[in-house]
Amino acid sequence: MFESVPDIIRYVIQGFGVTTSIFLAAAAFSYVMAFVAGLCRLSNITIIRGITAVYVEFFRGTSLIVQLFWLQYAIPMLLGINIASAWWIGVIAIGLNYGAYLSEVVRTSVISVDKGQTEASIALNMTRFQRMRLVILPQALRLMLPEFGNYSIQILKGTSLVSLIGVTDILYFGDVYRSSNLSEGAMVYFILLIIYFIIALPLIYLSKKGEKIAKKGAAT
Amino acid sequence: MATREEEMTTQDQTDEEVVEQEVDYNANPIVSYKDVHKSFGDVHVLKGINLDIYPSEKIAIIGPSGSGKTTIIRMLMTLEEPSEGDIIVDGENLWKMEKGNGEMVRASDKHLHGIRDDIGMVFQHFNLFPHKTILNNCVMPLTSVRKMPKNEAIELSKEMLSRVGLGDKLDMYPSSLSGGQKQRVAMARALVMKPKIMLFDEVTSALDPELVGEVLEVIRDLARTEEMAMVMVTHEMDFALEIADRVLFLDGGKIAESGSASEVIEHSENPRLQDFLKRFRAD
Amino acid sequence: MSKDFLTLGEVGWLENFINEYTPIDLTYWSNETFMEALPIVAQGIQITLLLTVTTFALSLVLGFFWLLLESTPFRFVNLIFYWIREFIRSTPPLIQIFFVYYGLPMLQFVDISFTPFMAGLIALGVHFSTYIAEVYRSGIESVPKGQTEASIALNMTKFDKWTKIILPQAIPPTIPMLGNYLIILFKEVPLAATIGVLGILQLARNFGSQNWSYLEPLTIAALLFLVMSYPTALLIRWLEDKIKRNNPSLKKARERVEV
Repeated sequence: MFESVPDIIRYVIQGFGVTTSIFLAAAAFSYVMAFVAGLCRLSNITIIRGITAVYVEFFRGTSLIVQLFWLQYAIPMLLGINIASAWWIGVIAIGLNYGAYLSEVVRTSVISVDKGQTEASIALNMTRFQRMRLVILPQALRLMLPEFGNYSIQILKGTSLVSLIGVTDILYFGDVYRSSNLSEGAMVYFILLIIYFIIALPLIYLSKKGEKIAKKGAAT
Repeated sequence: MATREEEMTTQDQTDEEVVEQEVDYNANPIVSYKDVHKSFGDVHVLKGINLDIYPSEKIAIIGPSGSGKTTIIRMLMTLEEPSEGDIIVDGENLWKMEKGNGEMVRASDKHLHGIRDDIGMVFQHFNLFPHKTILNNCVMPLTSVRKMPKNEAIELSKEMLSRVGLGDKLDMYPSSLSGGQKQRVAMARALVMKPKIMLFDEVTSALDPELVGEVLEVIRDLARTEEMAMVMVTHEMDFALEIADRVLFLDGGKIAESGSASEVIEHSENPRLQDFLKRFRAD
Repeated sequence: MSKDFLTLGEVGWLENFINEYTPIDLTYWSNETFMEALPIVAQGIQITLLLTVTTFALSLVLGFFWLLLESTPFRFVNLIFYWIREFIRSTPPLIQIFFVYYGLPMLQFVDISFTPFMAGLIALGVHFSTYIAEVYRSGIESVPKGQTEASIALNMTKFDKWTKIILPQAIPPTIPMLGNYLIILFKEVPLAATIGVLGILQLARNFGSQNWSYLEPLTIAALLFLVMSYPTALLIRWLEDKIKRNNPSLKKARERVEV
């Protein structure tokens, strides 16, 4: 049963570039969304807070796979573009989904920075923007690290869904291979899992490291 | 450095030698509280504060805990908004501003930012920036708020940190300092901004007893040499009496007694004040 | 422009607003299709909930086994099971579902095949048990060491120590965490649609392919998930706040396991 392993690897690896590019793009997009939405939820303008809350609760309340299918049909409508590539739909769906989760991480980390820090920076007459950029965010970032690590692994796992909307990632090639070699099913999917695990290893390492940094924490 | 006891005794003996800067009570006050009230929810903490602070005046606010001492200076630092009344800083209303049609509205961030520049504060819990070195704790506000060139800011900060006795710890992080050292850094950080009025919020309350002396020594030095006005909320009664031009006793949300140290401490008939002082002296 | 969207007079301004000021194109939306799809898609609630509940039950049991497997007297064994769990936890559940459904029955020495429901149950149950194990662990770690020492001082048996001292204190704080995982699981269950489990998502897709309009049934599917998960999430957040207020040391443990 092992003789087909090199063949399988050679075949599915064709999707490796797409899998990693979707992961990187979706992760970058969700980090951006996390900060935008997380900080918007702390805005003192009610309507901005309200709109972001709807976004966050909607994407946290429904599941990624539903959002992916939904956006596949809704994005052309919402953006007035008729041909949005499946790659982009995948990136947008995953980015919006995990951006919503991560925005909560950003929000709670910012809130948990000691209030005295804000007071000290007011006393030094910093503007709101300076307070956030120079004092609060640098300390909040440290607290966010482990959760960003954890969610990055979740994002990676989420990228496997894009084959469902026709993106040619490693799972897509795995499915194609299996459909003409039915008896190899277990080996095909096991190899895919191993590939995903190898990509995940540095993330696992980074999130453990982030945990240590966060534990040192921000003392007064 | 001398121990605290030694300092205290020398201080007692040399009281007369302290260079008293004359406060000009005919000048325009730099800060005026006009019938200021403050409530937190249902709790009416301050019930009509009227207070003028004159340039270079050193004021100590004493009173039982929960009497609203800290709230008075926090409102001036714009950390707390008054429920009623006005605070005038250098002729400008701090918490209210004029709209185009002459109507007074709640101050915007920008308005507060414009006035706050003259005010500095040192906190009970230091509130140093843990992610910055001691030097950068001082440099960062200078370069970001004052837009001072970096090397100039570094020079000024080094000078100020040596003045508080920490010139050799510039590159350390706050977490590796003792409480007394932290508080001295916090003072240097406030001082480099050259405020016209400096607020001290129970700056020794969070310190171990043996570290109080070094912090008081810095304040004593400032009171003697600096032009700026100082308002101290404190429990260090002897110290307050020693350096304050005026002592305020806050009780029941009002300024119950006000006057020179000797007037308030030795000659006041106020039974609540007597009671309060007795408890402190007993310690 | 379709007149179907929100034909009620008083919200006509909304349609005008959308047409005028946003790039959103409402041509493809139909209220009739929406109403037609609603009862059909809603039939999937039953299967989705059933799969959620059974999977959760399975993962609660398996989660316990991970703990046992990782605390044997043999460090090497513990390490192996730790990495197996890490492997399952950090790889996509979708591929694990395919592995169980398409892969396992093809192995020569395995002589079974699964219904889609069973395959989903096993794959997701195992996947989630790796998280549940972490929840259990954090619950146990939240019991102060002094409790163990006290039970030794009282000369309790090991069994009594666990059943009477440790577990009664370890379990309550894990309840909101488990609740969180129940919601997360509920949102992962539609993955089983890919192997044909007729839950909410699959019924929505079927409706779409039969009627050539996916948007309305998929919107219904999304709304159904939202309507069911959001109130539950609020309930759990409330519960969590309440417990956290009573026991601040738990905060750290909770953060570590949150997905």
